[in-house]
Amino acid sequence: MKRVYVNEKWCLGCHLCEYYCAFANSGKSDMVKALKDHKIAPRIKIEERDNISFAVSCRHCEEPLCVKGCISGALSRVNGVISIDSDKCVGCYTCILSCPYGALSTSTSGAVQKCELCVKNADGTPQCVAGCPNKAIVFEER
Amino acid sequence: MAIDFLYPQYEVIRNRDRCITCRACERQCANKVHHYDVDFERMESDESKCVDCHRCVSLCPTRALKIVKTNHTFRENANWQGETIMEVYRQAGTGGTLLSSMGNPKDFPVYWDKMLINASQVTNPSIDPLREPMEIRTYLGKKPGKIERDENGKIIPNLSPRLKLEVPVMFSAMSYGSISYNAHESLARASKEMGTFYNTGEGGLHEDFYQWGNNTIVQVASGRFGVQKDYLDAGAAIEIKIGQGAKPGIGGHLPGAKVAPDISRTRMIPEGTDAISPAPHHDIYSIEDLRQLVFSLKEATAYQKPVIVKISAVHNVAAIASGIARSGADIIAIDGYRGGTGAAPTRIRDNVGIPIELALAAVDQRLRDEGIRDNVSVVVGGSIRNSADIVKAIALGADAVYIATSALMALGCHLCRTCQNGLCNWGIATQRPELVKRLNPDIGSKRLVNLLTAWSHEIREMMGGMGINSIEALRGNRLMLRGIGLNEKELEILGIKHAGE
Amino acid sequence: MLKEGQYHIPSGCAISGIFHKDGRRTDGSEIIRSIATMHDRSNGLGGGFAAYGIYPEYADCYAFHLFYENLAIKEETEKLLEENFEIASFAKIPTRKHPSITDEPLIWRYFVFPRRYKLNESQLDESEFVSRVVTKINHLYDGAYVFSSGKNCGVFKAIGFPEDVGIYYKLEEYEAYSWTAHGRYPTNTPGWWGGAHPFAMLDFTIVHNGEISSYDANRRSIEMHGYKCDLLTDTEVITYIFDYLIRKQGLTMEEAAHVVAAPFWSTIEKMPPEQAEEYTYLRDAYSNLLITGPFSIMLGFTNGIMALNDRLKLRSMVVGEKGEDVYIASEEAAIRVIQPKLDSLWSPRGGEPVIVTLNEDAQGKE
Repeated sequence: MKRVYVNEKWCLGCHLCEYYCAFANSGKSDMVKALKDHKIAPRIKIEERDNISFAVSCRHCEEPLCVKGCISGALSRVNGVISIDSDKCVGCYTCILSCPYGALSTSTSGAVQKCELCVKNADGTPQCVAGCPNKAIVFEER
Repeated sequence: MAIDFLYPQYEVIRNRDRCITCRACERQCANKVHHYDVDFERMESDESKCVDCHRCVSLCPTRALKIVKTNHTFRENANWQGETIMEVYRQAGTGGTLLSSMGNPKDFPVYWDKMLINASQVTNPSIDPLREPMEIRTYLGKKPGKIERDENGKIIPNLSPRLKLEVPVMFSAMSYGSISYNAHESLARASKEMGTFYNTGEGGLHEDFYQWGNNTIVQVASGRFGVQKDYLDAGAAIEIKIGQGAKPGIGGHLPGAKVAPDISRTRMIPEGTDAISPAPHHDIYSIEDLRQLVFSLKEATAYQKPVIVKISAVHNVAAIASGIARSGADIIAIDGYRGGTGAAPTRIRDNVGIPIELALAAVDQRLRDEGIRDNVSVVVGGSIRNSADIVKAIALGADAVYIATSALMALGCHLCRTCQNGLCNWGIATQRPELVKRLNPDIGSKRLVNLLTAWSHEIREMMGGMGINSIEALRGNRLMLRGIGLNEKELEILGIKHAGE
Repeated sequence: MLKEGQYHIPSGCAISGIFHKDGRRTDGSEIIRSIATMHDRSNGLGGGFAAYGIYPEYADCYAFHLFYENLAIKEETEKLLEENFEIASFAKIPTRKHPSITDEPLIWRYFVFPRRYKLNESQLDESEFVSRVVTKINHLYDGAYVFSSGKNCGVFKAIGFPEDVGIYYKLEEYEAYSWTAHGRYPTNTPGWWGGAHPFAMLDFTIVHNGEISSYDANRRSIEMHGYKCDLLTDTEVITYIFDYLIRKQGLTMEEAAHVVAAPFWSTIEKMPPEQAEEYTYLRDAYSNLLITGPFSIMLGFTNGIMALNDRLKLRSMVVGEKGEDVYIASEEAAIRVIQPKLDSLWSPRGGEPVIVTLNEDAQGKE
């Protein structure tokens, strides 16, 4: 299955992946409209210290702890992609506590949010990958 | 001092309606032009630091940025133009030589743009490169001049060592030091993929790059940095650099600050020391000395590698080339005055040397007049900008071309011409690790391959139009060119007729 | 108006050739009939013939055919000829008046051999000595032009349709084992007779149909080796290329063909390694002499003839055989008209030379 992989060797720490992610998940057609004067809550985040930086997002684990721990059945594995049904999420945050990568986060809607490889976006290709200027984030079969 | 104040030449225009304060511009500008103002909660910029490299413009996700030339002006004066005035202020303030980089940007004639290419109509069919073979493979090296046969009458392959180019384009010398590790890796990998060569420049060959030796031309310049037996053996050819188009007659200077541990090891000089190449080779004060160096290098490599002698295009280039053609060199590389550099004194870059088009025409004709054109291959560089320039260069008589500026542009260079600062935002002309990593060789080599592939298609298309299906039939085929807007003397030197003739 | 030699004229053409492998000699009427069949491939601005074996009585002499524009240049040229050669015989070339052949120059023939001391003095081999004198006349003697210079062979050419040129030169009175003919279709008026084909250098004669796109690359390269391309025609440069490759470099006909019409690299790469190495060598060593653009040529030489197409076969050319006779022409009709019953007929592939020589027992007897 194709997954998003990151390579810290080429990560420039420009944070553009976060903005492309936030825009992609905003449902808006224009980036300015979507993000101007908003504090963004992207599903991919840059971790950085000193001269090292890299992006972190959901690994879509084979044996996902978040799915195991989900008490409401909101999280499930669909064709390998860990998806969330926001209507079912009760906001217990068990998944956030159980994910070893910190790939899930809260959102303003109450339900948790996570990377779903942009499958629910019109485009269908992960926008963090498309927007990375240095191929530090790739979407590929390994 | 007020007198030293120079108004910034470029202004950063930020469309605040579009700016989402993602701060990518701030993070990506090594010159620290942009910053986020916490009080105003918005991005601000200091255009006095801007070099107009477009890194921020290119990465801005909402197209909120552009750079414009300032309209701040001196009183108009055709003689004392703004730049000239500012240079005086700058020199009066510092007492120093002005430095610049990349090629001569002045408004001299570009002869490539004053030549037009022929095409077949009726009497001779044009050839469709999509349906018929269209060959652009080129061999560089001396021609044997005479065949030899063994006792059975079979031809003995008595060709001297040569370079086989699948495209008639090579990447010309750029040292590791003047450009980054990743830039070199991109060039090396692209050369291998395209069946051509890149050139180490005078900075030696990094140990990681010996694996691409078959696609590497190793340079021996006046500083002899990094020159050793393994280095000479590693390359496919050896280039003796006498001169460079951007700065004929002078040497080079890599500031100690750029001599990082890796560079120090590759160049075989102490870390942090300035790497200064002398103006001449101190063992070449005359043509017979050149011959000795040519043969020393051949001896050192068991006559297995062609030797290139690279000169810059200067006034009596034809006579010099003729001397080189008799020196035992296999290939002459000529670099025109538009050729780029990592740093050169501005006055030299802008005022010394001659156009490559004229130099090439003069050299090719002289070598033919003397019957020694087949002794050497001729490679030209110094602002080959596109495939049409290549077709014209080959029709004038070149065997192949060297490109560097356009290769750097393929890697991201935006010709801001401030390589000398070492703060290249595109990761090319810098040694800072955080900037170097901006050039991912996976992307860089692919883009170089794309560029050469695109140019190859165009060369084939133009050749097909002329009814020529092999590049050697284009070489020196000056009937395929016509001048436009050139005077008699220019036409005579170029050896071409005027359009309509 | 400029005459040919002052600018480069593209032209299309018809070619035809007859070769008797047994050395039998026939007169010029058949070749005239053959080339006349392709009348529409010429436009009356040039026609000519080459014939081998026509001067058995002077077989050891170089037969020079010259055009002169006036008597003054004739005298001057003859002075040079006498300085360098013993002249065994000379005379006007016999012609008959023909209404469509006009503007005749003076046409003379000389049977010569180099003066021994001149040859020794020059330190050249005989053929090189002769070719240098020919080059000198053609390059420096304005108004004089050597259009044929081989032994026991001759070129006859003029401005006009080839069949008229044949009648004009009384070709029915010559007997040859090898005939080639050419009808020209230049896109410009050549202005004088020298531009007609065949083009000759010593015993090489070339008739050519095509327009080579590599012309200036070839010209500028061959001029490095002492040739002067005064006519600025494709044929002239092709002749010099063959003369250089075969006579000066010592390549065989076949090797020379693989230089001028080299196989594509993709073809060479599929050859067995040893052959590929030889072909690569030839392409690389003589890369400037590769000819591109359409051509079909016949190269006549003592004892033989070679026919060759460009590597894409952009010009028609067929070869027919009947017993000891070989026919080569731009069109099959030009062969059928003189030999309707052929043993075989084929179209040689692009770049594939067809080389025909006299049978061994016929060589030297012609």
